[in-house]
Amino acid sequence: MITLGHYLVVSGMLFALGLAGVIARRNIIIVYMCLEMMLSAANLALVGFSRFHLVNGLPDYTAQSLVFFTITVAAAEVAVGLAIIVALFRSKQSVDVESVTKLQG
Amino acid sequence: MPPLLFYLFALITLGFGFMVVTGRNPVTCALSLAASFVGLAALFLSLDAYFIGTVQILVYAGAVMVLFLFIIMLLDIKSEEGKKLNLPAIVSGVLLAVLLSLQIIAVVSGTDIAKKSAENTPLALAEAAGKIGKAALPTITNDLETGTLPDAKLIGFTLFDQYGFHLQVVGLLLLVGTIGVVVLSKRERSAP
Repeated sequence: MITLGHYLVVSGMLFALGLAGVIARRNIIIVYMCLEMMLSAANLALVGFSRFHLVNGLPDYTAQSLVFFTITVAAAEVAVGLAIIVALFRSKQSVDVESVTKLQG
Repeated sequence: MPPLLFYLFALITLGFGFMVVTGRNPVTCALSLAASFVGLAALFLSLDAYFIGTVQILVYAGAVMVLFLFIIMLLDIKSEEGKKLNLPAIVSGVLLAVLLSLQIIAVVSGTDIAKKSAENTPLALAEAAGKIGKAALPTITNDLETGTLPDAKLIGFTLFDQYGFHLQVVGLLLLVGTIGVVVLSKRERSAP
């Protein structure tokens, strides 16, 4: 029997994978992919809670509206982030996070 | 959803997610991420969230992944096979991920709300049709009475009934994002 706990554990493990990627990887594009994974993991937790918190016998659609907003914001974030990566690549000829050290004291 | 399918799609989501984190070639990572999102969309479908599952495929596996692949190919990024690994960062990343997973498992296994399942909290479509009654559009109540879940209609109703202002703010955010991308990708004049 699949419970809400199963979905929450999958969501948590996906988030943890994304977090490990953001910390360990040095390629900015892959760091961005891991950020997307973390956002999707949060979406999975939200949809899980929405399904198992019934309002009038239906899933709680407030949570799914929040997921809709999250997906919109994530799409905007990817567009702007990738434009920043392209601008960075133009000035540094590299997508390694360690090539960007101008703000280092 | 049969438990076997849940485990299959959870394995697809987490397995390809693992390949995104460990892959050395950016194109492999991007394609693994697309596969991971397809598995995640299947999990959304298993939670009766058909609209969100479809949007996940369209927006993430479609638009966002094409954007990633486009940038990877535009910048002609080599795979990092020759580079040495950043050992302290990898150790701390893995440690943090393991600790977070263990903590989430501990919290989830100790709460009662996590024991809810599709069997003990079934959707009550016919009752819902009576309860929401006049508050909803007739098309929603008709669907509920015939025993189908009008998922997209209910999300749309919630969005435009309760969150109209927020929807407009998000639209503005997309506009600002579009303008930002155009400004960022404009080639600067080289300094004399």
